[in-house]
Amino acid sequence: MDLAELLKSLSEASGVSGYETMPADLIAERWLPMADEVRKDALGNVIAFKKGKGHGKLLLAAHIDEIGLMVKKIDDNGFIRFATVGGFDFRTLVAQEVTVHGREKLRGVIGAKPPHLQSPSEQKKAYEKDEFYIDVGLKKEKVEELVRVGDIITINREVQKLSGNRYAGKSFDDRACVVMLTACLERLTEVHHNLDVYLVATVQEEVGTRGAAVSAYSVNPDLAIAVDVCHGEFPGVRADRGFGLGKGPVISMGPDTHPKILEKLKEVADEAKIPYQLEASTSARGTDAWSIQIARNGVACALVSLPLRYMHTSVETLDLADIKEGGRLLAEFALKADREFVEGLPCF
Amino acid sequence: MFLKELSEARGVSSREHEVRDLIREYITPHVDEVFNDSLGNLYGVKGKDKPGPKVMLAAHMDEVGLMITTIEKNGLLRFQPVGGIDPRVLVSKPVYIGKDKVVGVIGAKAIHLQRPEERTQVLGFDDLYIDIGAVDDDSAKKLVKPGDVATFATSFGEMGDLVVGKAFDDRAGCTALVELTKLEFNCPVYFVFTVQEEVGLRGAGPAAYRVGPDVCLVLEGTTASDVAGTDEEGYSTTVGAGPAVSVMDRSVIAHPKVVGRLFRLAEEHGVPIQNKRTITGGTDAGAISLSREGVPTAPIAVPCRYIHSPVTVMSKSDLEHMIKLVELFVHDIADKGVDFE
Repeated sequence: MDLAELLKSLSEASGVSGYETMPADLIAERWLPMADEVRKDALGNVIAFKKGKGHGKLLLAAHIDEIGLMVKKIDDNGFIRFATVGGFDFRTLVAQEVTVHGREKLRGVIGAKPPHLQSPSEQKKAYEKDEFYIDVGLKKEKVEELVRVGDIITINREVQKLSGNRYAGKSFDDRACVVMLTACLERLTEVHHNLDVYLVATVQEEVGTRGAAVSAYSVNPDLAIAVDVCHGEFPGVRADRGFGLGKGPVISMGPDTHPKILEKLKEVADEAKIPYQLEASTSARGTDAWSIQIARNGVACALVSLPLRYMHTSVETLDLADIKEGGRLLAEFALKADREFVEGLPCF
Repeated sequence: MFLKELSEARGVSSREHEVRDLIREYITPHVDEVFNDSLGNLYGVKGKDKPGPKVMLAAHMDEVGLMITTIEKNGLLRFQPVGGIDPRVLVSKPVYIGKDKVVGVIGAKAIHLQRPEERTQVLGFDDLYIDIGAVDDDSAKKLVKPGDVATFATSFGEMGDLVVGKAFDDRAGCTALVELTKLEFNCPVYFVFTVQEEVGLRGAGPAAYRVGPDVCLVLEGTTASDVAGTDEEGYSTTVGAGPAVSVMDRSVIAHPKVVGRLFRLAEEHGVPIQNKRTITGGTDAGAISLSREGVPTAPIAVPCRYIHSPVTVMSKSDLEHMIKLVELFVHDIADKGVDFE
């Protein structure tokens, strides 16, 4: 399976925060032949160990969960009202196809108040949260038999191959970066790398970077790089917030970034002729780096990002070249950062 | 039935050829004559020389869609709607563009980058782009050009007791009409698949002029709003309660005697039927009824939820009942003639 196929299978898997088994099992299976050990912890994080020369322990984290919906109520006509798990722009939910994960998987569509029943002024506004419902095409009794309050709902979207290297789909945030870790692991099987590497597909990032915290505790790394998505350039997105697709991974500069790791990443990228972009980020509370950095007695961290357009929609768009270059960057870092570098991290 | 094939076929108003080619293939074995006119309307004729009134049955082949208007320097495409599309249904959907079926997506600025008040505003046609993955305008121009049209990229499927797909308005009517060509009637029947309904009932008028029918039924997909948050009087039509007859809409007041006959036949044969409860919208019946010296006409339709969106939902039983009722109607015309004056 090449990286594009892996991206497709991970993206199309259902794995809302707290219910990540399907994509987690997929990635565990993919990593197993390449790693020295693959295990799952109590929260569902998948942790692969790739032994290096023992110069230090590097944790690489990318989250496997996705945002989704949850059944809140079945109304008198069998329509399902829902809550959200993670942050949605409700405007992106109109006329989406979904799967309700009840006793059976039910196909459904998200509806809202019909436009011809809205006043002209209502039609000029976005739908409000409480106007949405899910139609599964069944009578109330049947819906109640198959669906319970609390059941998970996922958005249906097959990956769309756009022109060139570009792809669109759901949950590229952050499974595209799990693919990037896989690209890194593939490279590590071909070289004698200095650092021992722990690759972690973390759970529950979208509800507060929770899986990363416990995986950092158990791995107890000397240093860590969180890998997540950043915003792609797009009309209406400020130039300092949007990054070019196909122009390489983005290295973050902010309070979650250890200055020495930042410099090392730039150094190895330049040496290996890996294109990269730099992001000045003042707050990184939205990524796994946020919780890994303060695990146990503190971990020297960095954040590498993948430019992604339309984040948290079902048509998130990326360039596969950025995944490949990002994988190469992470592998180069594990190859070249040595004991001296790791031991020097507290001195800055 | 060819509902899946016809739903997935692409035919934005004035670009109906893919749908037309499919229908021509389906009906050719069952009719005496097949031809199309210069607008693109497709005709199947059966029993031309039989005695009895000339019956016209019509369904439109076109669907609402998007037309590419400009290619921006950054490779993103600007577009405008063809037919009535609420822009609120477009965000976060894939589309297929042009004859080569170039894949594009309609995205939106990430929620993380929005101010809270932005989330209450509609993303309109001026705010949206289609992204085909092109790195700049030069690479985009190799794949698409202004004037190309796009359709929703929806696959047909079962959903509970219902079916989901795009363009049931009016591929439901087209599917019914294709099925009806397989039956034998004792009067001349013209099966007409029209073009450009969604941009103003453009094809149906010339088609009715050419045929010159004594009576016409227009087979449609129509609005159903039997959904959460709607009171019963706002339902318009109800999915699963049988085909719906529009007594009046913005385009036509259906001929009372045609409507009367449909209801009588439905009652006599135990076929479910309902009245459409709203008077919005229009159908080819508007253009056909005013053709030449006037044609007694009525629209009959399969109720469709989320009409003109990427995910229309309808009931196959409504479609089957519509076919049955139209069959009964044509037999009744052949047996008893017309009495519409």
